[in-house]
Amino acid sequence: MQHGKYRFIVGFLALPLGLYALFVVWPFIQSIYYSFTDWTGLSPEFKMVGLDNYRRMLDDEIFWKSLQHSLIFALVLPLVTISLALFFSFMINVGGRKRRGGPVVTGVRGSSFYKIVYFFPQVLSIAIVALLFAFAYNPDSGAINSILRGIGLGSVQPLWLGDPSLALWAVMAVLVWSTVGFFVVLFSAGMASIPADLYEAALLDGAGRASTFFRITLPLLWDTVQSGWVYMGILALGAESFAVVQIMTTGPGGPDYSTTVMVLYVYQKAFRDGQAAYATTIGVALLVVTLAFAALVMRLGRRERLEY
Amino acid sequence: MGSTSAENSNNGSAGVGRRDLIKRSAALGLISVPTMSFLSACASSGGDDSGDKAKAGKKTAKNPLAVNDTAQMEFVLFDGGFGKEYAEDAVKIYETNFPKAKVKFSATQKIQSTLQPRFNQGTPPDLIDNSGAEQMDMGVLVGKNQLADLTPLLDAPSYDDPSKKVRDTLRPGIVEMGQFDGDPVWIMYYAYTVYGVWYSQKALDSLDEQYPETWDQMLAVCAKAKKKGMAGWTYAGKYPYYLPFSLYPMIGKVGGVEVLDAIDNLEPNAWKNPAVKACFDAYYELYKKGYVLKGTPGLDHIQSQTAWAQGKALFIPNGSWVENESANVIPKDFGLAVSAPTGIDSSDKMPFGTIWASGGEPFIVPAKAKNTAGGMEQLRIMLSEASSKNFTSKVKSLTAYNGGTDGITLTPGLKSGVAALEKAGDNVVNPRLQDWYVQLQKEQIGVAGLGEMMAGRLTPAEAIKKIQGFADAAAKDSSIKHYKHQ
Repeated sequence: MQHGKYRFIVGFLALPLGLYALFVVWPFIQSIYYSFTDWTGLSPEFKMVGLDNYRRMLDDEIFWKSLQHSLIFALVLPLVTISLALFFSFMINVGGRKRRGGPVVTGVRGSSFYKIVYFFPQVLSIAIVALLFAFAYNPDSGAINSILRGIGLGSVQPLWLGDPSLALWAVMAVLVWSTVGFFVVLFSAGMASIPADLYEAALLDGAGRASTFFRITLPLLWDTVQSGWVYMGILALGAESFAVVQIMTTGPGGPDYSTTVMVLYVYQKAFRDGQAAYATTIGVALLVVTLAFAALVMRLGRRERLEY
Repeated sequence: MGSTSAENSNNGSAGVGRRDLIKRSAALGLISVPTMSFLSACASSGGDDSGDKAKAGKKTAKNPLAVNDTAQMEFVLFDGGFGKEYAEDAVKIYETNFPKAKVKFSATQKIQSTLQPRFNQGTPPDLIDNSGAEQMDMGVLVGKNQLADLTPLLDAPSYDDPSKKVRDTLRPGIVEMGQFDGDPVWIMYYAYTVYGVWYSQKALDSLDEQYPETWDQMLAVCAKAKKKGMAGWTYAGKYPYYLPFSLYPMIGKVGGVEVLDAIDNLEPNAWKNPAVKACFDAYYELYKKGYVLKGTPGLDHIQSQTAWAQGKALFIPNGSWVENESANVIPKDFGLAVSAPTGIDSSDKMPFGTIWASGGEPFIVPAKAKNTAGGMEQLRIMLSEASSKNFTSKVKSLTAYNGGTDGITLTPGLKSGVAALEKAGDNVVNPRLQDWYVQLQKEQIGVAGLGEMMAGRLTPAEAIKKIQGFADAAAKDSSIKHYKHQ
């Protein structure tokens, strides 16, 4: 019987596993292989150079800068985005007070409207969002400085993307703005599956908003939060940070490398400088960082699973 | 991939299989380590330059490059500020001359992503306009023997006059720009760009001023403009590598061409030349005295050009493409003009009028192309007087063909560019950092050096020290191919 069972499972898994191996695992192995060569990306010829690329990477000041920025992205972005999203979705779904004739557990007034507002940035492509904010950050005629002037703060006219100490934060703010809505929806869905009688009991016991949130919502939502955290961190290390940095601070990588992130650096090395092998080396470093990040979050976030 | 994960996550939060969800989203995220897998896909099919090249045709007076008149010719053009019409017109001539040949023409902005895999497979097209933001690194292409030597084209009779060689019809410096070291000519620059200080004659007139020739005059003009609420200068603050368009020829004017050559050759202490310091100090003074448009370091090239066209600033360092690029924001009565950079004073080594002009829009014929003769013949057609005039009248830019402006109405900027070239005579400089060492020029000297200095975050002395450090590092870096002025 056992034998038959395995054949059954293998039969089902063979195709997806094969596809996965071909399109995911194999390219990874290849990239790691190319990181030991001097391949330019512009000609099929290359030779093995051993660990040269890795040695170069360790001496590369810009690589360390980009690593540092990527780590800031991976730590700060999920923290800010997810805290905001948790707060918003709690207020939308649970934070309201009972109104006559309404359900016991409800969101604040106008919550369905807020839902749309938060989710709206999600329908815009990240490229559009980045362009939009690049205009808003224009220190001469952009919206933000105009508002500052309008409210009498004409003397405060930051350069935003042109200032190395602000550029990275300005870029991150855009990512928060554009991704928070997704997590509001994700957490709202999670909160919807928490039984309402738990909240009713808490309310009867006189619990306030804060204790309801920390004693009931957060613990029961923990798994969703954790996976959201990993997902956001990976986005911050990969695609999203690349798009905003590439489009907004095309300098490239901001004034004095202040916004260079690892993915951008990979791209520049591969597609501008004709150093594809070195780019794959940085790619491997990025892979290690991403895996370490995911492992760390899963490890730190492990806790007893609550059943309800 | 955002939406895919969203679905997964929503399923997950409905209660089933959250662990799986986490694993899955981790896997999805890993795919998003984006370039890695793509890169590998490029390299895997190692090409061999097998002998399926087009056979040579018959060499005649009309066909000096012996093009095979039945072979297909493929031409990939960068679809940028100059559009694609001029190339389509030239392709039509090729098709008329070789009616049996099939021409495959395409225009794209994504030169590198389209063509990099084809170079890797050994099947590149026959002629490429390797330009734009996705320009492939010429140094690498040459270093890896991917380009064909264009000497046969240059030695062929010109399209208009069989008694003249193509090379004799070109503007001075064009052939040399296509060389790296030694004789082979790898690149044919088709456009001819005049770099310098761009301004509105109307705005200058309104201040009762002429274009300043010495730096004291420059400061005086800026002071006058400031009183009228106008900034003296602006520049592409996010891409400060536009500053060299007027700064480098100024350094050449003040200290002589040798200073620029030493910089290009990455010689030790090349940046420590007093001429460099004098010019950096001069530019820094613009910042110190508040003559640079407020907020400039945060503007990109389009935004700064727009502010300048709106009259918020008098001067902007730029290249002759600005006329086409900013056509829709430059007012009709603007009086667009370009000048050679202002010098320091009368002790400068070169006269006022010393200007940076050089080839733009680099065309290459890949060594592994099937029909290299066809690619070169297409270039020969484009370098004819008629095609050159067609280009100039359509896109407001000069070409490598020397002349070709008679009988066509020149736009104000173009006219002023031609006049500036005439005034310069032999005093045309051509710094090569931007085509030899892209990263050094743009990112290090431009953004990290000049950009920081003009934003007031580095003094000229600090900027020079930093830039010299970058240049020394580039000179030592064995992963970069190094070049020298011959």
